[in-house]
Amino acid sequence: MSKRTVEYLVTRNPEMGLDGRPVQAPVVPLEHDPELSGEHMLLNIGPQHPATHGVLRLVVELDGETIVRCIPHIGFLHSSFEKLGEYRTWNQIIPLTDRMDYLAPLIYNCAYAMAVEKLMGVEVTERCKVVRVMLMEMDRVFSHLLWIGTTALDIGAMTVFLYTFQERERVYDLHEALTGARITTSATRIGGMMADLPPGFVQGVRTWIESCRRTLDEVETLLSNNNLWIGRNRDVGAISAEDAIDYGLTGPNLRASGVPYDVRKDRPYYDYETYDFDVPVGEHGDCYDRYLCRMEEMRQSMNIIEQAIERLPDGPINVDDPRLILPGKKDVMTDMASMIHHFKVVMEGVNAPAGESWFGVESSKGELGMYVVSDGGSKPVRWRVRGPSFINISALPKMVEGHLLADVITVNASLDIVLGEIDR
Amino acid sequence: MADKDFEAGLGGLDEGPGASATDPEAPFGEAGHAADHPTVAALRERFGEAIQHHVVVAGDEHVVHIPAERNTEILRWLKEDPEQRYLYLSDITAVDFGGGRPLEVVYQLWSMELKRQIRLKAQLPLSALEIDSAVPVWKAADWLEREVFDLFGITFRGHPDLRRIMMPDNYAEGHPLRKDFPLRGRFSRAEQTRRALSMEVEDYYTPEELGIAGDKHRHGQEAGA
Repeated sequence: MSKRTVEYLVTRNPEMGLDGRPVQAPVVPLEHDPELSGEHMLLNIGPQHPATHGVLRLVVELDGETIVRCIPHIGFLHSSFEKLGEYRTWNQIIPLTDRMDYLAPLIYNCAYAMAVEKLMGVEVTERCKVVRVMLMEMDRVFSHLLWIGTTALDIGAMTVFLYTFQERERVYDLHEALTGARITTSATRIGGMMADLPPGFVQGVRTWIESCRRTLDEVETLLSNNNLWIGRNRDVGAISAEDAIDYGLTGPNLRASGVPYDVRKDRPYYDYETYDFDVPVGEHGDCYDRYLCRMEEMRQSMNIIEQAIERLPDGPINVDDPRLILPGKKDVMTDMASMIHHFKVVMEGVNAPAGESWFGVESSKGELGMYVVSDGGSKPVRWRVRGPSFINISALPKMVEGHLLADVITVNASLDIVLGEIDR
Repeated sequence: MADKDFEAGLGGLDEGPGASATDPEAPFGEAGHAADHPTVAALRERFGEAIQHHVVVAGDEHVVHIPAERNTEILRWLKEDPEQRYLYLSDITAVDFGGGRPLEVVYQLWSMELKRQIRLKAQLPLSALEIDSAVPVWKAADWLEREVFDLFGITFRGHPDLRRIMMPDNYAEGHPLRKDFPLRGRFSRAEQTRRALSMEVEDYYTPEELGIAGDKHRHGQEAGA
């Protein structure tokens, strides 16, 4: 695995100082006045505030403008998806999964289907594997585009948001062509996909990659060497590699601290070991490194999509297993046996053997674990989601302590959280 | 006309999803061989009888059942032993099978250096839902254990801040992911609405936070009234 550092981007900075660091306005420390210190203030941020990226509520204890302590409160969006899952058959849970992380719904659809398929011992077809890889990588870029847009917006750079949302709009169109829905895709089924790729989809992905690469270049031109951007991000919210592992951080947040842990490399699924891609790793663990890691990750993901398109095999998208897959609609309408078959699969659901499986995939936010427990019936005994945002946000107090109040917004944005999945 | 199938399909809305039909005595999966997983072999050597079962589920996932009273001892050893190095805690969760069966606490660990995965399970009888907290071993356990406490009602001894995390602090209906918990909650919809609309400042802030604010929040309340 190539361990990439972030230095080359910094050295492109035309406004570099003599010591090789970018030029930025000096921070003048305020003189400590004992008269004014000592009284702490309690400030409530959120839950209804755009900079909290959802309904996150932060209660901060302030000494002047410095954070003494930060206490996150979550649960405002809690709908107990895990409990709802216990009342649904295996396939009926899929629509719940994309309502968790609505920023990268296809990754959640695929991860859930993979966990159940592993529990059932079902091996999906080669075409399905490649299609799922393609869709998951597409949604990784999709999610990171929203992240960079909203983060820049939080910090005050409005333009980036407009650029990246234009690219997101193209992915929404691809979602719509594939599933008919733009956000709540529900694209997978146990044993395959809801439908095969529609005509022109691959060409649409190619066109999107082409324009998205240009947009990423533009975004980097706007941000990477921007003094304000560097001043707000560099050395803000830094966390060491040891702490990051201890707090259970995953995804770009962990890799920015220099730990090259990526589920796609370390526990490859769907032949990820045969794709040629790098895992970008940072050094300092601060907001700026998280930004660089995500930017590079988007480029790597687009490389993976291109390789997937190259190798996309023909053949069926669904497994040939009548227990799992519905018969064709034409057969259902004309053939009695097929109609009964359709009725039974829909009404009774698919039975999974008694057992359990904990399956982790690399989502756009980090390691997404799906834990399914079955007692042999058509509904799970327990369906558990190890949400990466849930764990990542628990490290927020550690990262912001000692920083200024304005940095809470930067750090919170740089963690790339989605409240639908934190609250579940 | 009341549709019987429809009524049956709604089952559990008022009394919980019901107990699982599996054999409570036999853990899932095939009996595992310690030779297949170096960590299990080391655990058996180090802790002997404390390793109650070792099973393999879903093809390649190794699950070790441990006694609840020795959980932190075993978890700490797995993290700190130079041969194991499970520095990364993926997940803590619990499983309720219903029907009065014990709750299972599940620990999912990953060793980044050795690229090994292991799952540990400890059973807690419903009469004693207490287990030692893993927060001193991994900080990641903090919120994961709060979630299990909130949704299953398992108390983690020694947890620094064991509060509800998903449900409101003044929630009085119980623990939602238990099998005997009805999908619609225990209170009527009217009572739930009444409670939601009559929350006080104390329900939004922890006592600790109110301590920071001092008496100021009282003044704010009077001004608003």
